[in-house]
Amino acid sequence: MTKVSFDVNGDTHQLELDTRTTLLDALREHLHLTGTKKGCDHGQCGACTVIVDGRRINSCLTLAVMHEGDEITTIEGLGAPDHLHPMQAAFVKHDGYQCGYCTPGQICSAVAVLDEVRSGIPSHVTADLTAPVRLTNAELRERMSGNICRCGAYSNIADAIGEVAGRSA
Amino acid sequence: MRFEHPATFNPIDQLKVVGHPTSRIEGPLKTTGTAPYAYERHDVVPNQAYGYIVGAAIGKGRINAIDLAAAKDAPGVLAIVTADNAGKLGKGERNAAPLLGGPEIAHYHQAVALVVAETFEQARAAAQLLRIDYSKADGKFDLAAGVDGAIAPKPSFGGPADTAVGTFASAFAAAPVQLDARYTTPDQGHAMMEPHASIAAWDGDKLTVWTSNQMIAWGAGDLAQTLGIPKDKVRLISPYIGGGFGGKLFLRADVLLAALGARAAKRPVKVALQRPLMFNNTTHRPATIQRIRIGADRDGTITAIGHESWSGNVKDGEAETAVSQTRLLYAGANRMTAMRLAALDLPEGNAMRAPGEASGMMALEIAIDELAEKLGMDPVALRIKNDTQVDPEHPERRFSQRQFVQCLNEGAARFGWSQRNPKPGQVRDGRWLVGMGVAAAFRNNLVTKSGARVRLDQQGVVTVETDMTDIGTGSYTIIAQTAAEMMGVPLEKVVVRLGDSDFPVSCGSGGQWGGNNSTAGVYAACVKLREAIAQKLGFNSDEAEFADGLVRAGNRSVPLAQAAGQDGLVAEDAIEYGDLAKTWQQSTFGAHFVEVGVDADTAEIRVRRMLAVCAAGRILNPKAARSQVIGAMTMGVGAALMEDLVVDKRHGLFINHDLASYEVPVHADIPHQDMVFLDETDPVSSPMKAKGVAELGICGVAAAVANAVHNATGIRVRDYPITLDKLIGQLPEVG
Ligand code: FES
Ligand code: FES
Repeated sequence: MTKVSFDVNGDTHQLELDTRTTLLDALREHLHLTGTKKGCDHGQCGACTVIVDGRRINSCLTLAVMHEGDEITTIEGLGAPDHLHPMQAAFVKHDGYQCGYCTPGQICSAVAVLDEVRSGIPSHVTADLTAPVRLTNAELRERMSGNICRCGAYSNIADAIGEVAGRSA
Repeated sequence: MRFEHPATFNPIDQLKVVGHPTSRIEGPLKTTGTAPYAYERHDVVPNQAYGYIVGAAIGKGRINAIDLAAAKDAPGVLAIVTADNAGKLGKGERNAAPLLGGPEIAHYHQAVALVVAETFEQARAAAQLLRIDYSKADGKFDLAAGVDGAIAPKPSFGGPADTAVGTFASAFAAAPVQLDARYTTPDQGHAMMEPHASIAAWDGDKLTVWTSNQMIAWGAGDLAQTLGIPKDKVRLISPYIGGGFGGKLFLRADVLLAALGARAAKRPVKVALQRPLMFNNTTHRPATIQRIRIGADRDGTITAIGHESWSGNVKDGEAETAVSQTRLLYAGANRMTAMRLAALDLPEGNAMRAPGEASGMMALEIAIDELAEKLGMDPVALRIKNDTQVDPEHPERRFSQRQFVQCLNEGAARFGWSQRNPKPGQVRDGRWLVGMGVAAAFRNNLVTKSGARVRLDQQGVVTVETDMTDIGTGSYTIIAQTAAEMMGVPLEKVVVRLGDSDFPVSCGSGGQWGGNNSTAGVYAACVKLREAIAQKLGFNSDEAEFADGLVRAGNRSVPLAQAAGQDGLVAEDAIEYGDLAKTWQQSTFGAHFVEVGVDADTAEIRVRRMLAVCAAGRILNPKAARSQVIGAMTMGVGAALMEDLVVDKRHGLFINHDLASYEVPVHADIPHQDMVFLDETDPVSSPMKAKGVAELGICGVAAAVANAVHNATGIRVRDYPITLDKLIGQLPEVG
């Protein structure tokens, strides 16, 4: 057991954890923040996406004790049912989900993607590394491809993200 | 309520709430991570321990011994369940292979143990310490090799093993234009995003399981039967389900082992099936080998159509009914279908989204494209030429609605089909060879009993309770819309509670029957509630109108809240069906149009455009229904281009059993999708006049992609998935 302390959605948590505990399980099983989903536990689906110090990561692929002092944002930190984050509202409006299980991960990824684009971080499909990154259809879809939606809501998710980004998808 | 005659005008036809593209009422919960899924129910019972499943490491054989000693001594371990200590277990009516294996092993990754510990990490670590001594037996893992010994399966849900009309053999032999081709579809996995998961808690002899299941009553019944306890001692609760696609129709190992683990550990136990176990432990869509023969006159009239399919399964498993649609989709005086079932020792095959038709249409709709090519005819025109408004096997049975031709025409116009060059390999866009493909969509509409309870309270709130599930289909929303329409209240005044075996038994979610039947059940309960309200107020129930939160008759009007009184009012009923499904053939139709680009050098395939036009009765919520269809189109792209559970024929398992190696479509694979519903109401289906859409959407998609690849390249791939290795040696010369 090891002590670790980090911020989740603005609250500081001190935990004493089995060192094998993933950040995902620390959130879901210890802090009962079950909005972050476990789809595979192997870094293959993106359901567990959270934002750590401004960057999105798969929380199943990282141990909780590696996050001493980190600032973590989960889906619960973006908005709540009675005051949705604009991305959450856009997902509702565009029906960017069906079963809802991949959805928190999609939304956390989407919020982080818009930040990445604003910060000029290139992706696999960015043609010109020196020009400002534009959120084209190809950029958007490439950057979101780590988040699987087996319900197949991709087309609607793209519309939702596009709306928040101020463009059509 | 018995539904015996086609529906006439009823309150649903007002369409004040029903038929509107309302956003899902549970959307704010799902998008904020506050909708509770099975494994997340920290709130329901304290002191939950963690179970970790161990799967069999052989495809067939037996366990000689399991050495539990090291695992038992591991930190935090509370109990270990195996077949040795689980007590006598039965088998659920709907399970073929037993859910807990040992000593006999029926298939790879069949559960053989559950390790229960204080924490997940401890349970997982201890599970690695089990020493299992197996005797491996030879198994049959190769469908192609099993074809010769395949037998005619018992008649089932999907129809008889053999059907025949007229004289197929001679008509086919005499046809001036003939197609005779063989197609294969691989095993496919549901790969729903939420793994099978359950929390089980015993209270004396009563068992409660919070789980993720599409069919609550089936699950509760089969759990009771497996445990050998009365059904009324079992409660299943499943309000949110992270996808199912048929993979959660049945009782699975997570439920049973959570229950056994909780009994052994004497405290609640939670279990999620680990992702790498899911593909071999649970069910899958079985592979098929199909032969299609079609004979036609030179004008395109089909004179003979024959479809044969071979699939395999474990003992007690059923055949994949891939020939079903061929009995109904096209005209033709001489017809035959045949299904044969091979005994295999692979994991259990069972329903996955549109079982039968999804696989059958993958083959049939390439065959039609091939026939069109042979005839030198446009494939849209060929399909239209062979439309039928009656069941070809029983011409006295008409289709209740059949707008197949309209779907094709509307789709062709919207997609720009006239721009398609019928000669393959002609259209270039930079490095891309571009092609268009079309396929029919077809899936039957099934009617089945469904119940609900409706309460009205003194705030005027209407609460619907039914064991119906919402697996992403929109059940919460369309049920709320139905109750709001029937009771004349705004949507905000309706509360929907689903997925609890304490509620009236519904149709559940499967076979695209959920939407129409579950809302029809709610309709029936609401009719009863309306009568109860009218009676209480002394109104003539035929005259009573429910609107704007009031009930009116003549010049009297009373707010519903007041009518409910202190104690409220409650009504329960179910929709039950008479013979209409026998008198009429009820089906749903559509047309899929796809444009692909195939890289002229690498054979990389990209789907560039997709359009589906569907006719499926009244669309209760166009927003949710559209999502069902585009989601199914996405899964169809997976079937066309990537999904393939690869059989290791030496060890008898699906070797690519995780989400890294069993590839499903991701964002980058799917373009913007267009989807149109034609206007339709089907009074024969139910008082809702609706039909299913969720499975229609997948039927035919893969063939439309395959046909587009052919149009782009001239290469006809008949073995799915269409991967670039099947194209690369034959690409047209790059000019
Ligand atoms: S749960 Fe982390 S990527 Fe799937
Ligand atoms: S909404 Fe079900 S997996 Fe995305």
